[in-house]
Amino acid sequence: MAMTLAEKMLADRSGLAEVRPGQIVETPVDLVMGNDITAPIAIREFEAAGAKKVFDPGRVAMVMSHFVPAKDINSADQTQIMRRFAREQAITHYYPEGTGGIEHTLLPERGIVVPGDIVIGADSHTCTYGGLGAFATGVGSTDLAYAMATGRTWFKVPESMRFTYYGRRRPFVTGKDLILHTIKTIGDDGALYRAMEFTGEAIRDLPMEDRLTMSNMTIEAGGKVGIVPTDDLTLRYEEGRALRPWRVYAADPGATYVEEYEIDVSQLEPQVAFPSLPSLTRGISDVGDVAIDQVFIGSCTNGRLSDLRVAAAILRGKQVHPETRLIVIPATQDVYKAALREGLIEVFVEAGASVSTSTCGPCLGGHMGVLGKGERCLSTSNRNYVGRMGDREAEVFLASPAVAAATAVRGRITDPREFSPKEAAV
Amino acid sequence: MARAWKYGDNVDTDVIIPARYLVTGDPAALGRHCLENLDPQFLQEKTDGDVLVGGRNFGCGSSREHAPLAIKGAGVSCVIAESFARIFFRNAINIGLRVYESPAAARGIQMGDEIEVDEAQSAILNRTRGERYEIVPLPPFVQEIVAAGGLMAKLRQELARGGAAS
Repeated sequence: MAMTLAEKMLADRSGLAEVRPGQIVETPVDLVMGNDITAPIAIREFEAAGAKKVFDPGRVAMVMSHFVPAKDINSADQTQIMRRFAREQAITHYYPEGTGGIEHTLLPERGIVVPGDIVIGADSHTCTYGGLGAFATGVGSTDLAYAMATGRTWFKVPESMRFTYYGRRRPFVTGKDLILHTIKTIGDDGALYRAMEFTGEAIRDLPMEDRLTMSNMTIEAGGKVGIVPTDDLTLRYEEGRALRPWRVYAADPGATYVEEYEIDVSQLEPQVAFPSLPSLTRGISDVGDVAIDQVFIGSCTNGRLSDLRVAAAILRGKQVHPETRLIVIPATQDVYKAALREGLIEVFVEAGASVSTSTCGPCLGGHMGVLGKGERCLSTSNRNYVGRMGDREAEVFLASPAVAAATAVRGRITDPREFSPKEAAV
Repeated sequence: MARAWKYGDNVDTDVIIPARYLVTGDPAALGRHCLENLDPQFLQEKTDGDVLVGGRNFGCGSSREHAPLAIKGAGVSCVIAESFARIFFRNAINIGLRVYESPAAARGIQMGDEIEVDEAQSAILNRTRGERYEIVPLPPFVQEIVAAGGLMAKLRQELARGGAAS
């Protein structure tokens, strides 16, 4: 039977000749991950069940990302559970604040997750690693505890949807714009319980960081995984980076997809999601006049080096609008260091931005830029639900780093194409 | 008999329990903020055993297990929805919060209706409207997790058999 990419991966790793949608499989995991919000509960469950040792200390990642540096006493207490456990279990990939950053940027960047991996992480944006060709999905703390003890998890084989992107992207149209448009097309539950497969010539042209951005927002369409087939670009990205051998899978010709979409990216302009769902996306020409109080550039969606380069190209030599504030947070310590070396951090600071150490921070209304009543934020992150970034009457718009930087300069949601190509040269 | 609190589609984990409260795993502490961004009346008027009813994609968003924990901690007996976001659904099963997928119930039940769940018959009874709705059955493998008393109970059984690293 011809199988989709997700089916091929689950069949192979579960030791089965074939699998079908709806079937339950038990599968060994290549990596499991927890962060400072989800790991403490998992650790308590793990210990309460009487488990003594994790299945492999080299395959459990513990990353402090959400409320670090500790935002209050309670969150400091939570991290202590994780610090103790990581020491006791001699966890190889343990990254306290100041050493790692946001897990979904960190793990691909350091080659800790590689193509063909089966990964579960106690964070919904674990689906990011699909950009590398991994089968990666978010779970809760209890599933993490079970997998830490056994090295296994269970999956219901998802139905697959195929998205074929073709045409040439126009300037300032990025992976973020492709995925926002896709979520608008299929809805916030358009991929519920399903695998998304991102293919086509426009994906083959898409840089790895943009692919990771697309897979990152699979969950905003309800998807279980969002996988980009591994290609030459993937393998060039992995050379000298991957810490383990990778596996390359491809969908069979004639595999069954429950839905197929073809998207002409040459017709797309920069996209903006309106409050309070990612599916409420419009092309930037249809945005109208929207004043913005805060701009946030960062998060696991768009806090990578290429994102900061685009933003700095627009902000260089300019000032943030006097009635707007800009927060820039490099997603990882490595991104931060590279941005320092390239002079990007200086551009942001000179423009009047607040720049912080790597953290999820304002994306989830945790700290470092929480919104007050009635405030409007344009954010490069992934969710704009009611109360997501602070007060329930605050509003969040989602867009790419180029739109964010242009908006920070003008104080209103702004089309980055208003800036000359030279100004915005990357 | 329990009172229904009925909401729409896409009830997300940020409104179930805002991230700023994710500094504890204690269900009671989390329950004190459950749905406060969606319906402040809920916390004031709910009583133990009440039922949450949602539309499509209930529990979408974050993987935070704090979401089903907060609902449990608020004293809610079960959640009924047309469909559930997959991580929320899995988390609810794992921590022992009852969740029932039933498009007919999600459409038929209105705010304040009196609801009874007949698990043996896989049915939800609406005493206010005199209606009966079918529950979509769980896959057998998932039923086994529920029957074992949750995923950690399953792990304890496996550890006792020496089936996992210990």
